Amino acid sequence: MLDWSPIILTLKLALLTTFILLIISIPLAFWLAHSQSKLKSVVEAIVSLPLVLPPTVLGFYLLIAFSPSSGFGSFLHHTLGLKLAFSFTGIVIGSVIYSLPFMVQPIQSGFKSLPPSLLEASYILGKSKFETVFKVMLPNIKNAILTGIVLAFAHTVGEFGVVLMIGGRIPNQTKVISIAIYDEVEKLNYGNADVYSGILLGITFLILLVVYFKKNNTFTLFK
Amino acid sequence: MIKIDLHKTLKSSNSTFELDVKMSVNKGDFIAIYGESGAGKTTILRLIAGLDKCDSGNITIHDSVWYDSKINLKPQQRKVGMVFQDYALFPNMTVKENLEYALAKGDSTKIIDELIKIIELEELKDRKPYELSGGQKQRVSLARALVQRPDVLLLDEPLSALDDDMRFKLQDYILTVHKKYNLTTFIVTHDLAEVFKMTNYVYKLKIGKIVEEGTPESVFLKSNISGKYKTIGRILKIQKADIVNIVSVISGQNVIKVIATDLELKHLSIGEKVVIVSKAFNPILIKI
Repeated sequence: MLDWSPIILTLKLALLTTFILLIISIPLAFWLAHSQSKLKSVVEAIVSLPLVLPPTVLGFYLLIAFSPSSGFGSFLHHTLGLKLAFSFTGIVIGSVIYSLPFMVQPIQSGFKSLPPSLLEASYILGKSKFETVFKVMLPNIKNAILTGIVLAFAHTVGEFGVVLMIGGRIPNQTKVISIAIYDEVEKLNYGNADVYSGILLGITFLILLVVYFKKNNTFTLFK
Repeated sequence: MIKIDLHKTLKSSNSTFELDVKMSVNKGDFIAIYGESGAGKTTILRLIAGLDKCDSGNITIHDSVWYDSKINLKPQQRKVGMVFQDYALFPNMTVKENLEYALAKGDSTKIIDELIKIIELEELKDRKPYELSGGQKQRVSLARALVQRPDVLLLDEPLSALDDDMRFKLQDYILTVHKKYNLTTFIVTHDLAEVFKMTNYVYKLKIGKIVEEGTPESVFLKSNISGKYKTIGRILKIQKADIVNIVSVISGQNVIKVIATDLELKHLSIGEKVVIVSKAFNPILIKI
């Protein structure tokens, strides 16, 4: 009998991660698209790190940070009562960091693609930055936001290294589908591994298919 | 009374120069800022609107200080309307929504109906910006800039991309609203006809400095007017006809035929650049 919990856990993780990323990435991408600060290059480099770094490196540092024997980890543990290593909250934090560039970069280039005069015209009409972003900027970069959402979701669904490092394989807590596959193979249960893999392949392919369909059909929406 | 005193170092890819401008303008004036591209004309508008920051100076509009050494009002706080060169209409909103967006909270929508009527946007009001022609976009942009009843209207070469018919019509719209709403208007332009038709005072700008100022007549007519009309062209063809020659010269899009004697042609050949000069008593004016 196939255990469905890794699939449900994976979807839960991906949805939550995507939602948190959306909230973080809009202000971050806006700042990156318009700031002339010297700090900008540093922040951009940090945001992009997960693109090139092996997930195990990120997972290793997070594990150290979350460990109650480290300064930060003990602060989390004793002061805030948070135990992040080998917990669902821990892998959510790891996933948010790991998928950050997939959300930030499309939204940032979306913001950049809009002429600066739109922003300026809105300011002159007396509107705040906040109102301008929500009423003028975001509605005009719907495609970029959709791309960000889907890529971040798909990337989280497919992650393995970070979760394994900081989450281990606790059922219903941290055992996501990619780890379940690894487990089943180790136990020589190729049948189950096959089903899990098929499901993962199906989900990610469908998601990407939706993005590209949407992308190719909605180009004429805004000119 | 509007007093403007701006200093800013402008850097472009190949030059650095000081923008140094002093203007004193009466309420209700229509001011032209005239000059070559790269002279800093648009920057002046951006500084007045608060989109760029001066290095030092003072902007006082009808007794309220917008900028000095201590105060620097945000664009949101300045009673200013601006028409951008690229129109800057919000693509996600219809024409009417673009105007409604400009309303301040709690403002009556009466002004929008009024502007739609004056600038004749009735038929366009439910269209999105991408469904509009350049001239139509410009009209919407003008109407939107007026929704907040600004004291000062800034026009950044609003008509340069339009054909003549459309331009004349838009000039009329602009003049109508300028009078009706008692605006003080600044227009950046390098079209002399526009300066004469619309404005009552000109600042002529060269590399960041005002080189001349005054009424359009005093600035442009004293230096440019003479008994001659001149145009520059290139010789296309020289044709012998009896005792004279017919020389075809291309100037802009026009081919002009000029009679020349053998003696006059001695130093001229096909492909050479020439000036065609016509004395004041022989040209005739034909209505287009």
